[in-house]
Amino acid sequence: MPLLEVNGLTKSYQPGNPILKDVSFSVEAGEFVAVIGPSGAGKSTMLRCLNRMVDIAEGQVFFDGKDVGAQNKKGLRDVRKHIGMVFQHYNLVPRLTVIENVLHGRFGYKSTLQGVLGRFTEAEKQKAFELLEKLGIAEHAYKRCDQLSGGQQQRVGICRALIQDPKIILCDEPIASLDPNSSKVIMDHLKTISIEFGITCIVNLHQVDVAKDYANRVIGLKKGEVVFDGPSLLLSESFTDEIYGMKTAVETRELITV
Amino acid sequence: MNETVLKKRKFQMTMLFLGVIVLTYLSAWVTDYGFVSSLEAVPGAMVWMASNLLVDGEALGKLPDIMGKLIETVFMSIAATTIAAALSLFLAIMGSKTTMVNRAFGAVSRFVASLSRNIPVVAWSLILLLSFGQNSVTGFLALFVGTVGFLTRAFIETIDEAALGSVEALRATGATYWQIVSKAVVPQGLPQMVSWVLFMIETNIRSATLVGILTGTGIGYMFDMYYKTMNYEVVALITITIVLSVILIELLSTRIRKVIL
Repeated sequence: MPLLEVNGLTKSYQPGNPILKDVSFSVEAGEFVAVIGPSGAGKSTMLRCLNRMVDIAEGQVFFDGKDVGAQNKKGLRDVRKHIGMVFQHYNLVPRLTVIENVLHGRFGYKSTLQGVLGRFTEAEKQKAFELLEKLGIAEHAYKRCDQLSGGQQQRVGICRALIQDPKIILCDEPIASLDPNSSKVIMDHLKTISIEFGITCIVNLHQVDVAKDYANRVIGLKKGEVVFDGPSLLLSESFTDEIYGMKTAVETRELITV
Repeated sequence: MNETVLKKRKFQMTMLFLGVIVLTYLSAWVTDYGFVSSLEAVPGAMVWMASNLLVDGEALGKLPDIMGKLIETVFMSIAATTIAAALSLFLAIMGSKTTMVNRAFGAVSRFVASLSRNIPVVAWSLILLLSFGQNSVTGFLALFVGTVGFLTRAFIETIDEAALGSVEALRATGATYWQIVSKAVVPQGLPQMVSWVLFMIETNIRSATLVGILTGTGIGYMFDMYYKTMNYEVVALITITIVLSVILIELLSTRIRKVIL
């Protein structure tokens, strides 16, 4: 059974103007999937349907054998704690320290009271430091997040996702706000995570070349429809041209110096 | 097309300007207000103030009394503000689009806030005076109600601007509502909120004088009493102490702001 299965997912914010049209695919454990497509193609919405940050209108999403759309509040919490999420704008609490932000990833495992009082076990704190070490930002553990650079903040975001012990990590444009150097660092880390820990990664990307370099598999979205789904090796230039609707693939390539 | 829009806007502005001038003259004529005669009255008023509002030795003898009332008023303002802040925080969390539990709660909290904000403190004092009578509870409540309205509004904006991204991230980790509020919304918004509370304490100490005149409590009552008995020396002393205490509180809160922000 695949780890994640999406069946006929359809979603619209305004009636008559669907942002996702009958999207279906399944992802096996350990895959590294890149989702590419132009702005407004529905990448972010699709990703957010997977952990129901956006309500699923039609179709089903099965994660680890559970129907995500049918979960009640508690069930949804249970699903979400096994799904890490990384955001374009990092979405940390800027005034709190790095270590506090990382430990936020454990809330899914805690009662409300434990969370509110900030009771974390020694093992959790140990784990947090190990992860920071692994991503090379351990020396910043007690700094406030707003003092870090974008690339460092994104690494904190990845630590927060990893401490959840996730089966899958969803990344929404993780490198869209970063310079080429930091982008490479972040993508390398994501790749390492997926290989070393066997965590499945679904990464929304603008950059076709980055997708080809890092992902085993690419899903191309255009106007809410899947127009490509296959190994990244088979993603030819004509396909990328179709996804982006014109010759933008060439221009995109020039912007990237990975 | 564009040119006509510009011309139209220009025409509208000219008409508005002329309208304001006409309205000013009209109101002056209706109320029998003379620009020239009011200007002529200024030197006379200055002379009166200089000769009457002088603190003398006898007035200074009242200083302990005044200080007692002043301190009472300052502490009442602080208490009214901080207790209002606690309620406002709750209302703001319910009322903010980022953290609201459901639409009904949100609407109720915004309605309460807007009702208490849009009735001026003076009106609240008079309304509460009728229902609670002339005692310090009335003054306290008048300040409290106005503060809740203002702070709820300010806190809602603080929450909306501070917390959108981190709330989304914590929701995605499976955090519960109160975990998100206590660990993302409050830490991020706290300095801004404390800053608003300090601002409100300053404002309330100023308003407390007026509220005191209306409800017969605190330093305002003392001001009113000496004013009505034409003891202007003491009135001057009271005014000076109020001004000094407001400046002191302002300096203090500026210092606090610098530390926390």
